[in-house]
Amino acid sequence: MNWRLIKDKLAQRSFALLLILSIVVILLILVGLVTKSVPLLKAEHLFNILSGSVWSPMKGDFGFLPFIMGTVWVTMVSLVIAVPLCVLASVYLVEYASETLRRLVLPLMNVLAAIPPVLYGVWGVLFVVPILSEYIAPVFGVDTTGYTVFAGGIVLAVMIFPIMISIMVEVLQTIPQELKAASLSLGATKWETITKVILIKAKPGIIAAIVLGVSRAFGETIAVLMVCGNIPQLPKSLFDAGYPLPALIANNFGEMMSIPLYDSALMFAALLLFVLILGFNLISRIILNRLEEKAQ
Amino acid sequence: MSNVKKRLFKEKLAKAAMQLSGMLITGCLFFIVGTILYKGLPYLSWEMISQTPQGGFYIGKDGGIFNAILGSLYLATVSTALATLIGIPISIYVHMYVKSGSFLERACKLLFDVLFGIPSIVYGAIAFSIMVWIGIRASLLGGIITITLLTIPIVVRTIDELLKTIPIDLKHVTFSLGSTRWETAKMFLRYIKPGIFTAVLLAFGRAIGDVAGVLLTTGFSDNLPKYIDEPAATLPLAIFFQLSSPIPEVQGRAYASALVLTFIILTIVICTHLLASKQQKHKI
Repeated sequence: MNWRLIKDKLAQRSFALLLILSIVVILLILVGLVTKSVPLLKAEHLFNILSGSVWSPMKGDFGFLPFIMGTVWVTMVSLVIAVPLCVLASVYLVEYASETLRRLVLPLMNVLAAIPPVLYGVWGVLFVVPILSEYIAPVFGVDTTGYTVFAGGIVLAVMIFPIMISIMVEVLQTIPQELKAASLSLGATKWETITKVILIKAKPGIIAAIVLGVSRAFGETIAVLMVCGNIPQLPKSLFDAGYPLPALIANNFGEMMSIPLYDSALMFAALLLFVLILGFNLISRIILNRLEEKAQ
Repeated sequence: MSNVKKRLFKEKLAKAAMQLSGMLITGCLFFIVGTILYKGLPYLSWEMISQTPQGGFYIGKDGGIFNAILGSLYLATVSTALATLIGIPISIYVHMYVKSGSFLERACKLLFDVLFGIPSIVYGAIAFSIMVWIGIRASLLGGIITITLLTIPIVVRTIDELLKTIPIDLKHVTFSLGSTRWETAKMFLRYIKPGIFTAVLLAFGRAIGDVAGVLLTTGFSDNLPKYIDEPAATLPLAIFFQLSSPIPEVQGRAYASALVLTFIILTIVICTHLLASKQQKHKI
């Protein structure tokens, strides 16, 4: 056989091997997480684990509800802040802004995306937390240190801005010009065109962007851990401390060895995160890929 | 007529809201960098970035964070290099060798898209338990492996986006001239060269800033990292630890360390941007 063909085949085989290896590693992670969490699942019913609200590993109580609720609270707060802002801002960037402004703002979003989580955490501690405890909480008549699910939500919201904006802008740019022209020529104002034509048409893409934002928010560890208070309780208001799932893993992993089932419980937390985020990502990516194919 | 006025008023209101939210979002970036600059600058000194922690460093005595800076640079450099060496062949394979539009191609792309979203704490947790299982302690090596896994999807996705921008005609022409797929791939790599640096820098930025992955696997040490099987300090972790100290002096150092990390990240981002515009010019 020709030497060039041999080289070609060689490249093919070795590259395929690398691909297979990386897929195998991911499968191994999943298998590892499942096998590690089996002891806990054997000891306790899945439903009890997910709905139990008592977390005291010493006594063997592993109720995940406080952590699940902590994660849900911060995620919801961040979505309530980020979704309207991001939708408005990306519509503005696509429909109103000049090319120059777009060229200026979108790279800035990349900078925001590149800032490491720990710096967001530092910002949260230095800026968000004091503002919350000194200015915002007193307005509502609440006394708090500022380390609350509210602070976590604000920091998370800023962290998911870039991913949501970049995807929403991409989605909005695929809306055909004819649709807008038709609506405008019928006498609708630009804002009416946006709410009644563009946003309706872009809905699947926007939902996909939001779901990606949710999955980012779910997995974020350090920044949230730094501002959230980390008390294993069910948060009842914005100004209560919370304890999200990733923070649980990060805070307790080193010391779990001596207590039975503890490492199994933490692995279960990781498994929960893995499965949820995998699911969310899968959904949004499938939506986005379909949209992309349609646009081509 | 009042109806029209109302509609136009709504339009103006909406536009104002949109401008405001745009400004708010962009403002956040300057807010973050500004806060860190404002708090960190007074504490930044040459001593801080050129020395390792001395005795009593964590109660406010002399020393610096050179160990953490060096540890982070080692960790990020090695794992980015590994991720690039693994990631580029994977994306070339998916782009060149797998039939385009086939199930395998879609599945692979979806897989790496999804992997991109998996948080580092999950990688860190599983890597840590594997390390416990085979009996190695927290070390630079553990961190490198974890961060490599974390950055492979970034490299694969970015390179894939770049390969997509190459006109399909180029592929057809080279094939019709009788080149093998490997030869075409080599040419494509030359074509996207500036873009590859972008991918590498993106991965490097992610690697140097990650905490959750290294928290469990790399450990922490006050010494300069010398061996790969020893724990090493990393910059983000140093910030995290110092910030949780009650002593103002140590907290101040955390701000200064945050400033150092910000500088590194901003440098990376600016380089990425310059290279990306170079890639734009590079287009046929």
